[in-house]
Amino acid sequence: MTKWIDICASDDLQADSGICALVEGQQVAIFYASKDKTVYAIDNYDPFGKVHVLSRGLFGDIKGEPMICSPLYKQHFSLLTGACFEDNTVKNKIYPIRIENNRVEISLEG
Amino acid sequence: MSKKQTLVVIGNGMVGHNFLENLVASDIKDNYDIVTFCEEVRPAYDRVHLTEFFSGKSAKDLSMVTEGFFENNNIKIHLGDKAVEIDTRNKFVTSAKGAAISYDKLVLATGSYPFVPPVSGHDRDNCFVYRTIEDLEAMTEAAKSSKVGAVIGGGLLGLEAAKALQDLKLKTHVVQFSPRLMSAQLDMGGAQMLANKIEALGVSVLTGKNTTKIIDGDNCKHKLVFADGSELETDIVLFSTGIRPRDEIARASGIEVGARGGIVIDDQCKTSDPDIYAIGECAVWKEQTFGLVAPGYSMARTVVANLAEQYAVFEGADMSTKLKLNGVDVASIGDAHAKTEGALVYTYQNGADEIYKRLVVSQDKKKLLGAVLVGDASGYGTLLQYTLNNIDLPEHPDTLILPGRSDESVGLGPDALPASAQICSCFDVTKGEICSAIESGCSSMADLKVETKATTGCGGCSALLKSVLDSELEKSGITVNTDICEHFAHTRRDLYNIIMVENIKSFDTLLEKHGTGGNGCEICRQAVGSILASYWNDYILKQEHLSLQDTNDTFLANMQKDGTYSVVPRMTGGEVTPDGLIAVGQIAKKYKLYTKITGGQRVDLFGARVDQLPLIWEELIAAGFESGHAYGKSLRTVKSCVGSTWCRFGVDDSVGLAVELENRYKGLRAPHKIKFAVSGCTRECAEAQSKDIGVIATEGGWNMYVCGNGGMKPRHGDLFATNLDKETLIKYIDRVLTFYVRSADRLQRTSVWMENMEGGLDYLKSVVIDDKLGICSSLEKQMQHVVENYQCEWKTTIADESKLKRFRTFINSDKTDDNILFVEERGQIRPANEQEREHAAVAEEV
Repeated sequence: MTKWIDICASDDLQADSGICALVEGQQVAIFYASKDKTVYAIDNYDPFGKVHVLSRGLFGDIKGEPMICSPLYKQHFSLLTGACFEDNTVKNKIYPIRIENNRVEISLEG
Repeated sequence: MSKKQTLVVIGNGMVGHNFLENLVASDIKDNYDIVTFCEEVRPAYDRVHLTEFFSGKSAKDLSMVTEGFFENNNIKIHLGDKAVEIDTRNKFVTSAKGAAISYDKLVLATGSYPFVPPVSGHDRDNCFVYRTIEDLEAMTEAAKSSKVGAVIGGGLLGLEAAKALQDLKLKTHVVQFSPRLMSAQLDMGGAQMLANKIEALGVSVLTGKNTTKIIDGDNCKHKLVFADGSELETDIVLFSTGIRPRDEIARASGIEVGARGGIVIDDQCKTSDPDIYAIGECAVWKEQTFGLVAPGYSMARTVVANLAEQYAVFEGADMSTKLKLNGVDVASIGDAHAKTEGALVYTYQNGADEIYKRLVVSQDKKKLLGAVLVGDASGYGTLLQYTLNNIDLPEHPDTLILPGRSDESVGLGPDALPASAQICSCFDVTKGEICSAIESGCSSMADLKVETKATTGCGGCSALLKSVLDSELEKSGITVNTDICEHFAHTRRDLYNIIMVENIKSFDTLLEKHGTGGNGCEICRQAVGSILASYWNDYILKQEHLSLQDTNDTFLANMQKDGTYSVVPRMTGGEVTPDGLIAVGQIAKKYKLYTKITGGQRVDLFGARVDQLPLIWEELIAAGFESGHAYGKSLRTVKSCVGSTWCRFGVDDSVGLAVELENRYKGLRAPHKIKFAVSGCTRECAEAQSKDIGVIATEGGWNMYVCGNGGMKPRHGDLFATNLDKETLIKYIDRVLTFYVRSADRLQRTSVWMENMEGGLDYLKSVVIDDKLGICSSLEKQMQHVVENYQCEWKTTIADESKLKRFRTFINSDKTDDNILFVEERGQIRPANEQEREHAAVAEEV
């Protein structure tokens, strides 16, 4: 059984943009694609800038793959795999996330 | 290693200096100790653009010497010292101040002097020649107490000088001995058309006038008396009656001079002494002297090549010219007077539009020998290529000058040019060199300019260069993809037009109607966000615009490397009250922010966490501040010097204007950031010429500069208009900025926008000043909309509870990011480096 942790109301999500949650001491960046009504979660840490800022980047997609662009040095990270598009040795952690009964829930297990 | 030889260059004018530049850029640079004599007190400056001295350029602007050139290249320059004699047997040069320098090789680049006809009274007060900056300074001084000026000589330089007299606000006359103006270049028809156009600009033209004496005037200082008995009164007389080579040092030293003056040179530019060369206007080659700068540069290159023991010869020069006289286009190519035997002539004359064109072709109608263009010189580049490259003419040569028929189908495509065709005559750049630059990766006009220097002289070849570039790129199969990103098959400019025409107000609508699918990305989102903000000037954090903003715009602050933000309150024109300064200081102290003065004359507060931003701004707003927009691609600051209010030298109130301009344009979103500056006099303490828009006060009004830049690739602003009143200045700025906002690429500064603009400065002037596209009222209206809809984004944000939610660090916790760590340095905070962080982490565990 996946352990889901309650984060916030689905109204707290920002359409096509990010917010940040603190989940058991972990910073998680959460993005909501309004067109596809899909929510994504990725580690908030920017491995290039070495600070926690990914939630404040710009959201979009590259060839259909949802991604987040770092606000610091503009690298792109896949929201499906966490992989960096510019450097295949770098990968961020992706977390399972869902919307249940208008609540956003996340799992740190994934 | 053999000992270095000494190379002496006599004369540091345009050609002498060009020789030095070529020499130090060559492989043989280290073979020589280089010494140069310069009779004038200033090293080389741009005599070709001397007239611009009167439209606001300073002696410094005209200088051709890059900073540190002589020092960095170990060239010893004897400034203000004239070389007077050469001992050719013992090989040394002596100067007026007594220097004696031994040489191994000597280059004479002594130039020419203005010829003054020996009419009686030619040496009266306020009679000048037009050659040096000192001449211009003396003229300017004399003009202060004068009303009328007359130029004797209606050649190319004489007409330039007439423009200078007009700029000095004198009633101006041109007195020409010959029956026509520019008699060396123009035929009677062309000259007549030119005279009409120049008279329409308020300069009176007198032809066929032989000045016999200059005496006391009745109403003016002087009276010119002509051979036909007529007279002309004037306060200033300016002689522009030709130039003569400065060959006196050669004469004094036994070096051969020509029958009509000039130092005789051979094809290698060697004089009668094998160790002495002569280049530029002082030289005579096959009984010809050359009064243009391009042949002089060509001679300079020849000498450098010969010193390097490469084979090179000077083969004469094409004396074709194209110029703008008082806004009138004039061009002359090759045998304009049809002196070639059997030459045939085609003429097109359009009295209504004041256009005159003449073609001179060979007897068999196959080759172009020469041409004259007045009023419309747009065909110059094509026609010149026909003569220079001996290209066969079309079946009906007149199609080249007839309107409507001279479209591209008969024009000369770039493919018709051989690789040896010279595209840029100022820097001798051939089509072949341009093609290889393109092959090695240049794909824009800006690249080519840097790589080859083409078009960076007079700029006359820019249209031709562009066509070569386009054609080569197309041939090599490189389709230049100008789509902004994968989500839109459009350029930024296209998107702008779509938004304008279809009244689109949101990214989602645009993506749905014109996108290629997907959700967009950081490129199109930001670009469209910027366009929407420029055009509608909505609050940028409106729900539908929120996801288009990069972090700086989202949080209305500048993200720094550690993820914290800096805060910049607006201080218009760099002005701040003591109370304001105290308030800023107290707020910075309270939130423990690092404070620094920016280059834009305001205070930047660093180290604010995202959750602190609204608190800080609440206090700043209470103290009377508003957003400085330091985070936006938008108008940043209008820098100013203290101006006439306080400064002993100030000519006008630069601070007052800067405050007014900053308040007018604050909040304007643009493709990139925009910086202004206003200087209160030509000492230019505000450095306005390095800004996107620069304004400098002069006695006659405001001078406006555009598209300057500091930063990585500095660009000197272009002088756009002079002596403006404030209303006109603001009108022009409105138009330039809106035109930039509409037409630039994303993240393109005005400097690069200008570099890539076809037609460059002249084109921008024609759009903004002459309203060539008929869009000026629309440009002004759009700016007015932006001005009227200004809001302080921070004020709006603070007042909206729902927006403040965004500034929480975590959606589900009131904690803040405990990874942010500062240490102290010079009494203030700074972000901890990696080592300091590790150290802190260990300390915490213990």
